[in-house]
Amino acid sequence: MNKERLVLIGNGMAGMYTIEEILKQEPDRFEITVFGKEPHPNYNRILLSSVLQGDSELKDIVLNDYDWYKEHNITLYTGDEVTRIDTNNKQVESAGGIVCAYDHLIVATGSNPFMPPIPGSDKEGVISFRDIKDTETMIEASKKYEKAAVIGGGLLGLEAARGLLNLNMETEVIHLQDQLMERQLDPNASKMLKRELENQGMRFHMEKQTEQIFGRKRAQGLHFKDGESLYADLVVIAVGIRPNIGLAENSGLKTNRAIIVNDFLETSAPDVYAVGECAEHNGIAYGLVAPLYEQGKILAERLVSKEPAGTGYQGSLTSTKLKVSGVDVFSAGEFGEADDLKSVLVHDDFDGVYKKVNIRDNKVVGAVLFGDTTDSPKLLNLINKKEDISEVGKGIILPSESNAPMESPVVDMANEETICGCNGVCKGEIVSAINEKGLTSVNEVKQHTNASRSCGGCKPLVSDLLNATLGDGAAVNEVEPLCGCTDLSHEQVIEEIKAKQLSHTREVMNVLGWKEPEGCSKCRPALNYYLSVSKPEEYEDDYASRFINERVHANIQNDGTYSVVPRMYGGVTNSDQLRKIADVAEKYEVPLLKLTGGQRIDLLGVNKEDLPAIWGDLDMPSGHAYGKSIRTVKTCVGEDFCRFGTQDSIGMGMTIERKYERLNTPHKVKMAVSACPRNCAESGIKDIGIVGLEGHWEMYVGGNGGVDLRGGELLGKMNSDDELLDAISAFLQYYRESAHYLERTSHWIERVGLDHVKAVVLEDEEERANLIERMEVSLEHKGEDPWKELTYNEKKKQELFEQRKVELV
Amino acid sequence: MNSINKQKEIAVATVDEIAVDIPKEVIIEETSIAIFKTKDSTIFALENKCPHKGGPLSQGIVSGEHVFCPLHDWKISLHDGRAQGADEGCTASYGTRVENNTVYLLLK
Ligand code: SRM
Ligand SMILES: Cc1cc2nc3c(=O)[nH]c(=O)nc-3n(C[C@H](O)[C@H](O)[C@H](O)COP(=O)(O)OP(=O)(O)OC[C@H]3O[C@@H](n4cnc5c(N)ncnc54)[C@H](O)[C@@H]3O)c2cc1C
Ligand code: SF4
Ligand code: FES
Repeated sequence: MNKERLVLIGNGMAGMYTIEEILKQEPDRFEITVFGKEPHPNYNRILLSSVLQGDSELKDIVLNDYDWYKEHNITLYTGDEVTRIDTNNKQVESAGGIVCAYDHLIVATGSNPFMPPIPGSDKEGVISFRDIKDTETMIEASKKYEKAAVIGGGLLGLEAARGLLNLNMETEVIHLQDQLMERQLDPNASKMLKRELENQGMRFHMEKQTEQIFGRKRAQGLHFKDGESLYADLVVIAVGIRPNIGLAENSGLKTNRAIIVNDFLETSAPDVYAVGECAEHNGIAYGLVAPLYEQGKILAERLVSKEPAGTGYQGSLTSTKLKVSGVDVFSAGEFGEADDLKSVLVHDDFDGVYKKVNIRDNKVVGAVLFGDTTDSPKLLNLINKKEDISEVGKGIILPSESNAPMESPVVDMANEETICGCNGVCKGEIVSAINEKGLTSVNEVKQHTNASRSCGGCKPLVSDLLNATLGDGAAVNEVEPLCGCTDLSHEQVIEEIKAKQLSHTREVMNVLGWKEPEGCSKCRPALNYYLSVSKPEEYEDDYASRFINERVHANIQNDGTYSVVPRMYGGVTNSDQLRKIADVAEKYEVPLLKLTGGQRIDLLGVNKEDLPAIWGDLDMPSGHAYGKSIRTVKTCVGEDFCRFGTQDSIGMGMTIERKYERLNTPHKVKMAVSACPRNCAESGIKDIGIVGLEGHWEMYVGGNGGVDLRGGELLGKMNSDDELLDAISAFLQYYRESAHYLERTSHWIERVGLDHVKAVVLEDEEERANLIERMEVSLEHKGEDPWKELTYNEKKKQELFEQRKVELV
Repeated sequence: MNSINKQKEIAVATVDEIAVDIPKEVIIEETSIAIFKTKDSTIFALENKCPHKGGPLSQGIVSGEHVFCPLHDWKISLHDGRAQGADEGCTASYGTRVENNTVYLLLK
């Protein structure tokens, strides 16, 4: 028997969801062919925002990869556009010349970005924000250019703008109205949103109409109607979308704003269906994934069962969430003003929280939340259920406002209520998956049920549900385990080490039930570190658990040789040191001498066996260029010589380096001291960066010049040298005690928050004093210079450095 | 032991000279060999050359009966020199024998 031929036009989110739903029920019934204009398999368009913002990579957002199509015997044509639907002969034709007959046809062509007719919008550097190509264009542009303008202050425009800021572009947002996201937010919430985004560095031009995009070949800027202008090398237009219905219109399908469909997603032509943004149901064309997936589910049922099942599609209630980090916005239903609406309002400008719930005839009909969106699932349910709330009072509307301890809204949700709107996953499905498949982490729930696979907004709910289902005390793998040898997280391991007074790496692995009894290259160094911080007075380093660099106190190179970087405090040297280095370089035929980026000298390409002898000859302390420890303290010229210098940056740098050298830390710690804001020592990108000003020091923390470039943030101003050293001690000790092993200060601060660090390190007098005291204890026990120790320790020298030559007899 | 049919044995170290989990590098003619001693004093020997890019396995972290290469963290079995997990490759392994506290390497 020949299979029924099912053809899908549009390899996007709605169409492919429909196919997935069909395959779930009838994996073999149809012979499926898919046409997609974009040269990619189906990907998660929603996450383009997070790709742009740097939180995901393109390869991570593919929903169905090429292999998936193969496994399901689907013929996929990518990069090929369908140009004609012949509804009489029941076949489609593509630009690539493919003619394909169908028994059932799904049109899921999505939308096109709306490009207003602004002169100059065809110039290079003017784009929209809709697909992978646009995203790549923006990322590329950010490497070459500095200024971006986004036309449109709606959801998409703001997400694009946030992404461009993350790509280090100066970003200006131009909006026609006087209010951002006016279609989702009321004026109050809008105002708060604008303020927050301005704090994040966005600049706004409200009530501005763009008249022209100027520039030669490439865009150089915008002229506004009011005569003002703005420079920009990249212009992103995000003013709205238009259902993509050209093909449908030309093929004679009935359209209005979009392709008109009935409750079963049937179009005006027999056996032709439309789903997604290109479909119009009851006068509405939806532009969010949740309703499109609802449609997809119904269409799948329709195609599988032949008979119209149930009541069909009845329209959807949509809600909005802005995917910009640090900004929590929610809106749903009727959120505006009207005479017959009563509202419950919470407006706290000080904390930046705003909540408004609209009620008509004792029923919740809409809501806007800003700053605290914990009540959003509850509200969405109330709006959906149309429940009479006159009896229950306000507590139930905004549980976060009542003083009662917050219970998660999942607890009293019914089983058929939706948790993940994007993928249409209800509470019951998740609960049974957790129980039946023994799931213990949000990630597993995501893999098995698709919940939280798209925008991620429901993650907190999924997590609550996981806790509620597994019950108290159940081990919920919320956090990343330390490594594959254990299910425990870094924090849990640190806790256990303290609680059980563990004192050796093997003991930890043993007592805490490591799956690999001897650990691995990830956990062993981490455990060694945690133990050393927990008991600085007595812990004996387990050097077999150390990465080779820290075992032999030199950097291993690609050919198995090593490099030697002696310490030069504050980047200051003298003729004696330089002479010794020169002599050693000659004597041991060191292949390369190089100035490092850390203001000192590197001897590269040294044989392992020669290391102890070289250290002995150098008679200089180790620079720890290999260590998870204090690296360098770079300094600038400072007040003794420089015409701008206000402080003794060299002196302070040397003091700091002497004080904290050899201290072990979760990851390397780099510091710098400059003597004025010109910042020649680059204090702005150091773990701890000091800038001297007239009469005080500024202390910046969490800077990083490496993989994830990050500017340091001001921890505070210190009025004396002692105050500065105390602040460094408290900060460093808190980092040492609370960061994960191999977490730079930049990542740690992102995780715990600068305000939190300030509160502990500067504001809480008692804790600050304790930290400083514990630092002093650690400094007392940090041991002598490792090079000195190794040079004269014959046993270790034999153990670690000997290359034994054995003659064959 | 110079019969042609027999494997050639060669004494390379005493058991005490090799620290647990800190391999010893032994060079025989041109070949560098890493000798491992695990917690229960079992001795293993692998060519000191990672199947990936030749990293010196004698400098790796030894966990149980595996060594993690110091250059890119491949995990290599001490038994047969085979790369574990998704990585593919194998480094030469040598038989060992201990007699009277002396470690002998069996050369092929
Ligand atoms: C020698 C030096 C390059 C030079 O010739 O200038 C160097 C060499 C190495 N760097 Fe670096 N880094 C050197 C300055 C830097 C700097 C610049 C600075 O410190 O001002 C940076 C960016 C600043 C920063 O870290 O915030 C830098 C960012 C990195 C990173 C990325 C760190 C990050 O958190 O993103 C790594 C990788 C890592 O640590 O995991 C790295 C790792 C390395 C290692 C140790 C690679 C390794 O793990 O084996 C390199 C050893 C090479 C070798 O064969 O010996 N190196 N490295 C510099 C030594 C400075 C010193 O005197 O101690
Ligand atoms: C940056 C961004 C962020 C977003 N964030 C959210 C969010 O947080 N939440 C949310 O719910 N929604 C969000 N959306 C909207 C959501 O992505 C869309 O609603 C959804 O992708 C629409 O699905 P669709 O299948 O209708 O269209 P698409 O996913 O656009 O799929 C249509 C596909 O059909 C192809 N096509 C068109 N014509 C033809 C033809 N003639 N022949 C062959 N192929 C053709 C197109 O190239 C396209 O690949 C976002 C959108 C963007 C761009
Ligand atoms: S930071 Fe300021 S004081 Fe220091 S060298 Fe640069 S300009 Fe001079
Ligand atoms: S050389 Fe061993 S892992 Fe790359």
